[in-house]
Amino acid sequence: MTMIRRLRTSPFTPWVIGGLLVGLVAVLPLLDLSLPGVLPGSTYTPGTLQLLAFAMVFAALALSYHLLFGVAGLLSFGHALYFALGAYGLGIVLRDTELALVPAMAVVLLAAIAVAAALGALSLRVSGIAFAMVTLAFAQAGSVLVRRNASVTNGEEGLPLRVDNIPAELVGVLNTRNVYWLALALLVVVFLIVAWFERSRAGHVVAATRENELRVRVLGMTPFRVKLITVVLAGGLAALVGMVYLLLQSGVTPAVTTPDFTLTLLVIVVLGGVGSRWGAVVGGLIYTLLDQRLTALARSEAIQDLPEFLRIPLSEPLFILGTLFILVVVLLPGGLAGVARRTLARADSARARAGRSLDEEATR
Amino acid sequence: MSTVLLLLITGLGLGALYFLVASGLSLIYGLMGVLNFAHGSFLTLGAFLGWEVARRMPDGSWLTFGVSILVGAVVGATVATLTELLLIRPLYLRHIEQVLVTVGLSLATVALFEGIWGVDPIYVVGPEWLNDTTDIAGALIPNDRFVLIAAAVIVLLGLVVFLKRTRYGLIIRAGVENRAMVTALGVDVRRAFTLVFAIGGAAAGIGGVLASHYFGYVSPLIGGSLLIFAFIVTVIGGLGSLTGAAIASVVVAVLQQFANFYLGGTGDFMVVALLAVVLLVKPTGLLGSKA
Repeated sequence: MTMIRRLRTSPFTPWVIGGLLVGLVAVLPLLDLSLPGVLPGSTYTPGTLQLLAFAMVFAALALSYHLLFGVAGLLSFGHALYFALGAYGLGIVLRDTELALVPAMAVVLLAAIAVAAALGALSLRVSGIAFAMVTLAFAQAGSVLVRRNASVTNGEEGLPLRVDNIPAELVGVLNTRNVYWLALALLVVVFLIVAWFERSRAGHVVAATRENELRVRVLGMTPFRVKLITVVLAGGLAALVGMVYLLLQSGVTPAVTTPDFTLTLLVIVVLGGVGSRWGAVVGGLIYTLLDQRLTALARSEAIQDLPEFLRIPLSEPLFILGTLFILVVVLLPGGLAGVARRTLARADSARARAGRSLDEEATR
Repeated sequence: MSTVLLLLITGLGLGALYFLVASGLSLIYGLMGVLNFAHGSFLTLGAFLGWEVARRMPDGSWLTFGVSILVGAVVGATVATLTELLLIRPLYLRHIEQVLVTVGLSLATVALFEGIWGVDPIYVVGPEWLNDTTDIAGALIPNDRFVLIAAAVIVLLGLVVFLKRTRYGLIIRAGVENRAMVTALGVDVRRAFTLVFAIGGAAAGIGGVLASHYFGYVSPLIGGSLLIFAFIVTVIGGLGSLTGAAIASVVVAVLQQFANFYLGGTGDFMVVALLAVVLLVKPTGLLGSKA
């Protein structure tokens, strides 16, 4: 009993469970498991691996957004800008230069950090809702830039990945599992960086700023600097995720530059539970799988045969997800993480009650 | 000269559209602290239902045009009121959650509109006169610009009279200044919240119908694209300031037109650059008191 309690309360337990989960996910491509209704096929097939890798990329991106919204309390509507910068930047550098993959990624990452620092410094002059609007405006400018300059970005058709200078192991359908492992590694790295940041001094100050900015200022610290660090870190991570996205999808389309794409991230983070790292990861995985399955469901005969007033809403995945999102905000504050926390707390108090009555029996 | 005049009046027309969206946004934000992402959906729904009514009536008559504008206003006001009562009010004072709900609503409704009316633009027909041009000092100005400017001026004057001359207007102005004090004096501010949403929704609905005539079509994305510029306008004008929104609408739209013509289609960038400059010089916006 005490052993179990010690395991439950130990600070290392989540990390051990997390490590085991990562190990399990890492061997999935070598196994033949199928989850009908959730995954499109067995776990070793390229289609399923592609979907899972896609979900992990989204989870990593949601983690970078969690830094802004969950940790710093900054409601940004322009996070798609940095993701798109990573994806388009790497695509353009690989196409127009002869740099190898890693140096090219370094160049793009530096550029993204510079952009995040400049735009962050500007947008952090306002706070709250005005910050949201300003980031939205910058992202919109980026989106217009991508769509208008078709000679550089290939416009609406999207930018294909030029594979000449990237390792052969990352190219082709047969190598999907290598990209899958890359996505998993990305997710783990982003998670560790985010966890490290939250434990760092800057992370503590920025969390304090979220709660009470005036008080932080009175204590002699500068909220602006830590907020800027958070914005730059989140932007850099998003760019990194964007680069892996480019490798995974073998290209990128302007859809990832739109404000709607950032809104998707917001939905994911809120769905998982604002302020929770695990929530962001689980939210990202669930959202991607749900989106994919709902799209498949929309085309199924069961939906297509329904009368019009049911068929139209049900064949729009975004309508279902948007409605789900509203319900979560109104009915489930704290999202999935909040539900998990409440369930655990309830189980704990039930166990405590049972334990107490046993003790009373024994003393009597 | 005639080109300058054409650009200027076209800019004013576009500015009128921005104002119809931004006035509601700014009032709602000023009074309630809510950034209403669903405002674009009010506009789109007004435009679609205005078109649905108009196509069942004789083409190209002024009556049809007037009725479709009326329908847009009523539809906008109705959905805005419902949104406030059903989604915003239960989350009273939780501003971030209120924003999130409107975000969800905008995602869901745009998807729903795409399901109902399809993603392709639907072309609208207005009265003949709207497509004609008027010669002003050698510049041939499309007539729909005048209708837009007139509508925005009427809405602006109506709002000013309402805010300055009526009891509810007084409550709203007082609420923007200091909501806690108004509540402490025993006034139910929540009724003013619903009213502000209804007014903003009506303006957006009118804007939707007029936008469909200005652009020549209606599509599920028409609201979202205007909404982003309306956001920029409200920040530049100062959050919560109606006059600021009016001035900024005109400045933004005219700048956009001139930059698009003389600086090779860079209008959208110049607008964002203007936003950056305003933030650097005066983060509260032109006439705003709080950032």
